[in-house]
Formats: sequence, structure tokens, C-alpha cells
Amino acid sequence: MTDTPAPKPKSRLARAWDSDFAWNFRHSPVAVVSFVVTAILLLSALFAPLLATMNPFDPANLNLLNGFVAPNTPSEFTGETFLMGTDDQGRDVYSTILYGMRISLFVGFAAVALGLFIGVSLGLISGYFGGWTDTIIMRIADVQLTFPSILVAMLIFGVAKGFTPVEYRDQLAIWVLILSIGLSDWVQFARVVRGATMVEKNKEYVQAARLIGRKSFPIMIRHILPNVLSPVLVIATISLALAIIAEATLSYLGVGAPPTQPSLGTLIRIGQGFLFSGEWWILFFPSVTLLTLALAVNLLGDWLRDALNPKLR
Amino acid sequence: MLSYIIRRVFQALLVLLIVGLVAFAMFNFIGDPIDNMLGQERTEEDIARLKAQLGLDQPFVVQYFKFILSALQGNLGVSYEQGRPVADILVERAPATLELAAVSGVFALTLGIILGVITAIRRDGFLANSIMILSLIGVSLPTFLIGILLIYLFAVELSWFSSFGRGETVALGNWTTGFLTASGLKALVLPSITLGLYQMTLIMRLVRSEMLVVLREDYIRFARARGLSERAVTFRHALKNTMVPVITVTGLQLGSLIAFAIITESVFQWPGMGLLFLNAIQFVDIPVMAAYLMLISVMFVGINLIVDLLYVAVDPRLRV
Repeated sequence: MTDTPAPKPKSRLARAWDSDFAWNFRHSPVAVVSFVVTAILLLSALFAPLLATMNPFDPANLNLLNGFVAPNTPSEFTGETFLMGTDDQGRDVYSTILYGMRISLFVGFAAVALGLFIGVSLGLISGYFGGWTDTIIMRIADVQLTFPSILVAMLIFGVAKGFTPVEYRDQLAIWVLILSIGLSDWVQFARVVRGATMVEKNKEYVQAARLIGRKSFPIMIRHILPNVLSPVLVIATISLALAIIAEATLSYLGVGAPPTQPSLGTLIRIGQGFLFSGEWWILFFPSVTLLTLALAVNLLGDWLRDALNPKLR
Repeated sequence: MLSYIIRRVFQALLVLLIVGLVAFAMFNFIGDPIDNMLGQERTEEDIARLKAQLGLDQPFVVQYFKFILSALQGNLGVSYEQGRPVADILVERAPATLELAAVSGVFALTLGIILGVITAIRRDGFLANSIMILSLIGVSLPTFLIGILLIYLFAVELSWFSSFGRGETVALGNWTTGFLTASGLKALVLPSITLGLYQMTLIMRLVRSEMLVVLREDYIRFARARGLSERAVTFRHALKNTMVPVITVTGLQLGSLIAFAIITESVFQWPGMGLLFLNAIQFVDIPVMAAYLMLISVMFVGINLIVDLLYVAVDPRLRV
């Protein structure tokens, strides 16, 4: 690749360690802390079945005698203790949080992936072909941008719910949620990719590819796409934070993950009911988890934006 | 100038037409309202009677024209869940949401401007720095967590305010107001803070950055040289010139206040349009969903249009 011979061939890892990006990362305490926190939360969600003391959604594990046990105090009836207490049905709050975070993160990642896929595809098509295609796609984007995305997501959720038969609604709720959040945030991706594509398509390498007779779609995917991806990565991280918050909000409002498959938002919704009767832990721990998760991903996204693209600062 | 206005109005109408189409499509393709309204024990006659009553037995095109015409006349169909005209329900619910949004807007605007000015004048002071850090945390928190936190602090621990509902209301014709009773005013406090907090930080940051630019201008230096008090310089000379963008942003945020009221209304069980919309989603009550969608679109598009046109009226440079 390089013309000047390197004095010592460095390993890939060492080269990555020396890059501007890694230097920037090592010298930003906010980035390191938020990365570590995000990683811990991600891993604990991933390995929830190993870390949890029980599977809270297996009815065989429920013991009503253990209901409403305060954190770290032995239960009156069974003598068991729970780190974060139990809810009304004797479920360990710590375990429900781990499983809930799993659902929150799964919905967040899947929704961003969907939004990214739709946005990048439409952005490429819009920017590459221009003309009527471009006008129609961008007009739809404009109309959608007139409304806050949480409202769009709610509406899509309601419509999709209407299409699903009543008996499957709870089972499909998670997928409907992914669909509605994903469809509500494709516009950002489409706009950025469209702009970048319009610049790239006039460059010589694209003209050369056209000259040797490649078709439009291979050019878009093999040649233009790799060159417009870096801003997409930044938007994806910020979108992830927004998607996690959107998921939590929808589930909190009761138009998201059902109580049979609760996400962090559903847990907070359930916990709020016990706020006045003094069982604060059912609400407190899920809220703190959500807060930490949202803040960490948000800060990480902000840092990534500044590090990858100083112009956006 | 005229062509700009015409183009802008045309665009707004186009958006509304698209939204109308979405609403109509929702009416026609989603779920079976008969299923939702009648329970398990139903007869064929019940089904036929209800179908005729709701107009579901007519062809698509007829239903479409009827839909557009009646929507224009304010007839938005009958709620599947409550069995009453949607327009009546909306009229009943609107005052709660509008009062909440108005109080939050005033709260966001006054506190936002005051805090913005403070953080701009005392740029590196302890107070200004703490306000900025708090605002950063506040922006990344989900609205509903802020609401729950406020309920916990002020309703559960301190019991200063109640945590749900509007308190006592007074009916003035069709409009029920919470402004005239003590409990009604008290009930407004926590929801308005929850709803207005995000907009407040937005206005605060805007005022701060505008002030920082304006305070460096020559006319401020001259005002100081003339021996005017610091207060007069800040408020009469500097603040006045930051107001144009602030008014624009506030105008554009009015729509989002009404939209985000959905979340606040759910946290505080506030009987407004947002709570109605949420219930409609849960029960798949399509007429209510569609009506709310159209109503809020008219508000959004209308506000955007007015702000855009005002901008042209205020700033002559845009009239090219």
C-alpha cells in the first residue's frame, strides 16, 4: 500500500493503537468511561441467562411467598434474600432487569439496523438517480420530518397493531415495535447518504466504472457505498441512543413491549404502580439502569461524532 | 415574494392531503371495527345493523369522498371504543392539553430566557457551569423519567402536589379550565415542568449562544462607554437583538409541545388529547387515531407555515 518502506512492520493491533482515533479515545475520559459502561451493560444483557439468579418469565420459578421482598433483606416466609428485592409476584428484580435490558437492546439494535438499511438504500437510489425518484423520496422524507419521530413511531405501532390478529398481538409486539421505531428514523440516514452519493457519483472512479460497463446497482453497492459509510456509522450510534429511549418511552406508555416480555420501559411502567405503596425498588432499579444505558450510549455517540468528523462539531 | 407564499401554502396543503390519505387508509384497511365493538355474543343482524350505521357496507370510493367531505365539516366519525362522535370527544379533551401546553410554553420561555442570560453573562462562573451540565443531563433523560422523579420528590416524599389529574375545573361553556381553582393551578405545576423542561433547555442554549455573539458587537461596547448600567445594556440592548431566532424556535416548538404532551399526560394521568390517543392505540380505535393524526397535522403544518411567513415578513433579506 505505502511507497515508503516502514522501519519495522507493526502488527495490526499496534497500528490501530497508534491511530488518531485510538489516541483520541485514550485521551478522553468521558469516552473511556461511557465505553466501559456500555460494554458492561451489553455483555450482561447478552449473558443474562448466566448472570440472572432465575428466569423471571418461567412460571415455575415464581413463588408468591417471596412477593415484595425489600432489597438485601431475607424474605419473611422463605428466608431468601434478593440483591434488588422482588416484585409483587416474587420475581427477582435484578433478573428481570437483565432480561428486560436484553429486550431493550435487541429492539434498539434491530430498529437502528432497519432504519439504516431503509435509509441507506433510499439515500443511494435518491442521490444516484436524481430526478423524479429523488423528488418523491425526499418529499416523503420531508413530510415525515414535519412530525416528531416518537409520534410517527406511535402511529406506525397503532396501525401495525391493527393489522395483527388479536391472538398474536403480544407475541408480535416486539417485532411491531422494531418496525415502528425503525421506520420512524430512516430519514436521517437517507439525507446524509443522498448528499454524499451526489458528490461521489461525479468522481472519476464512478465514471470509470460506468465506462467499463458496470450496471447502476453494482456501482452503487460496490463503489459508492463504501465511500459514504463513515457518517452513517456516527448517525447509527446516535440513533441507537435515541432508539433505546424511544423503545423505553413507548413501552412505558403501554404501546410497546407487553408485560409478558417486559423491556426496561415496561418494568418502569409496572414499577410506577408501587411507588405510593412504598415498594420503591421495583421502580428505582430499572429506572437507574435505563438512565445509565441511555447516558452512556449518548455520550459515546457524541464522542464518536466529534472524533470521526471534526467538521460536525 | 408572492410566488414564495403561494408555493409555501401549496406545500402545506400537499402535506395535509397526504396525511388525509394516510388517515383514510387507516380507516379502510385496518382491523375489523365490528370485531372490536361487539362482544362474543353477537348475531348476524347486529353485525349488519352496525355495518350500515358505520357506513362500512358502501364501496371504497363512496367512503373516501364521504370521509373527506365530512372531515372538512368537522365530522370525524364515531369512536369504536366509546361509541360517541370523535369530534365531541376531542372538543372535550382539548382544553386540558392546550392549557398544559400553554403553561409549559410560558414556563419554558421565561425560565429559558432568564437562565440563558445568566449563563451568557457569567460565562465561566460556578452557577453558569452547573446550569449547563444539568441541562446536558436533562436533555439525555427520557421525559417520563423526569416526570416520575418529580412525582417521587414532590408528591410522594413532600406531598406538596398531587400526582395525577387536573384538580378541580370550572366549566366556561364548552371549555373546562383549571386556571380558576387553587387545586387546578397546583395540578398544573408538575406536568408543565415535565413537559417544558426540554424546550426550556433548548431556549436557554439558544439565548446563551446568541447573547455571546451579540455581547461582542460594537454597539454594546458603545452602550457601555456611554455609561449605561450593566442591567440596561444586557436587557435593553443585547437581549432585544437575540429575540428573533428565539421567537422562531419557540413557534416551531409549540407543535412538539402538543405532541410530547402525550408522554406527560400519561405520566400524570392528565385527561387530555394525548391520553386519548394512547388509549386509542391500545384499543386500536382507528377513528380516534385518525382524527388525532389529522388534528395534530393541521396544527404542525399551520404553525410551520405561519412561522415561515412571519420570518419573511420580519427579515427583508429573505424576500428575494
